[in-house]
Amino acid sequence: MRLKQHSVLPGFGITLGYTFVYLSLIVLVPLSSLFLKTATLTWSQFWGTISDPRVVASYKLTIGASFIGACINAVFGLIVAWTLVRYEFPGKKIVDALVDLPFALPTAVSGIALTAVYAKNGWIGRYLEPLGIHAAFSPLGVTIALTFIGLPFVVRTLQPALEDLDPQIEEAAASLGARHIQTFIRVILPALLPALLTGFALSFARALGEYGSVVFISGNMPMKTEISALLIIMKLEEFNYAGATAIAVVMLVASFVILLAVNLLQWWVARRFGKGG
Amino acid sequence: MVKWTLISITLAFLGVFLLVPLAAVMTEALRKGLGAYFNGLQDPAAVSAIKLTLLTSLIAVPANLVFGLAASWAIAKFEFLGKSLLITLIDLPFAVSPVISGLIFVELFGLQGLFGHWLSDHNIRIIFAVPGIVLATIFVTFPFVAREMIPLMQEQGSEEEQAALSLGANGFQMFRRVTLPNVKWALLYGVILCNARAMGEFGAVSVVSGHVRGQTNTMPLHIEILYNEYNFVAAFAVASLLAVLALVTLVLKSIVEWRIHREIEASKA
Repeated sequence: MRLKQHSVLPGFGITLGYTFVYLSLIVLVPLSSLFLKTATLTWSQFWGTISDPRVVASYKLTIGASFIGACINAVFGLIVAWTLVRYEFPGKKIVDALVDLPFALPTAVSGIALTAVYAKNGWIGRYLEPLGIHAAFSPLGVTIALTFIGLPFVVRTLQPALEDLDPQIEEAAASLGARHIQTFIRVILPALLPALLTGFALSFARALGEYGSVVFISGNMPMKTEISALLIIMKLEEFNYAGATAIAVVMLVASFVILLAVNLLQWWVARRFGKGG
Repeated sequence: MVKWTLISITLAFLGVFLLVPLAAVMTEALRKGLGAYFNGLQDPAAVSAIKLTLLTSLIAVPANLVFGLAASWAIAKFEFLGKSLLITLIDLPFAVSPVISGLIFVELFGLQGLFGHWLSDHNIRIIFAVPGIVLATIFVTFPFVAREMIPLMQEQGSEEEQAALSLGANGFQMFRRVTLPNVKWALLYGVILCNARAMGEFGAVSVVSGHVRGQTNTMPLHIEILYNEYNFVAAFAVASLLAVLALVTLVLKSIVEWRIHREIEASKA
């Protein structure tokens, strides 16, 4: 194969050259500095930082809360996407646009807004408090924030998949005597599974790295409600660049593994279901 | 039965989960009346934060717009080796945590960073100064324009451009008269999303800013400082501006989506 196929259009050299230079300067060189910095650490320095109990506690909270948030989003995201694709109701367009609010709202604004709502005297927090549920300044608060920012990923991945799903298949299942639940589990869910898993993984990966919407509602108590991204900031404030870098590498590898898993999954699904139609 | 149950769940979930926090921003901002609200916004530190946010977005968005145009032209109109790798690399910043997006620039330009000594010898400040904020913002908003343009331009192919060239247009005329009108809505869509993120970015900017009041505070950082000082009314007042920006973004986005949808329908007919 030749490096470039012939074309009559102009501008290939300059646009590709510019793309490559800009990409290198803004993304590739800065990102590689992280790995260069890691290479200067000794193994015991690196391991000492990433296995520190306080850091390990932050992984547990970050991964656990992100996972639960992604699960909640998978369930409610499916209901929201289904409603938006299949049903007509007044105000549907506004509801559809509103789904992207967590994308559009700056994370710091989401953070203080969620804290105000779920605090002891907040609009929702005041009803949870008598039940003994402390929403703000607890792992639950972290989960709420991570669910909030992940919701659009699930809904927006599911919507096109739902639009491709033919309602006649459900009708056929129903006419053959299947109940709603049976139709859902046997017919709808398998067809939506790839999109649902992709949305779940995107929501999960986004939550792992999230910072702004969490730091206000979490309360940042050591060993209890500190997320990993916050520990990076704290190491930086102590001018401990090596420590910050070590935690960053762990987080970066974790999110790359998740995104790689998504790509493999899509490839597997395309191969298994794609050709048969 | 099922239909109305699911619609009710959807509306209740989105209402409690999305609308309530949005309403809380506005209520908290106006808790002590309009006077306190406008005091919060007219404070010199707030004004300077608003200016810095606008400046940052005014640099970051055009920079990524030019890049998006160049990248989508090269990727969509030509076949070359390593193209899918290039597309993956362009999406890379979305996979990086905001905090890490800031950290990488500290490792390059901070005092202990790779170029730290050279920069301090020459009295150039990037970290804890405006250039660092702009760089981190460009990084986190990097893919927005390109990723909207590439699929659309790939779908459109290059027949119209080839026709323009064979009719005697030069490269610039072809671009301005044929390519740009074809992609203008996708371009606008990318710019709207890019701008919303550029003005609202918090984590990455927080790492490189140094939080100097009146100098290196953007609006989200100013909100954090006010909030941590328990100056809630002023914090929510500045937050309300960003919430309005988010709502305007959603409205514009819906309008542009509708236009794109209409053009696709029209091109099919």
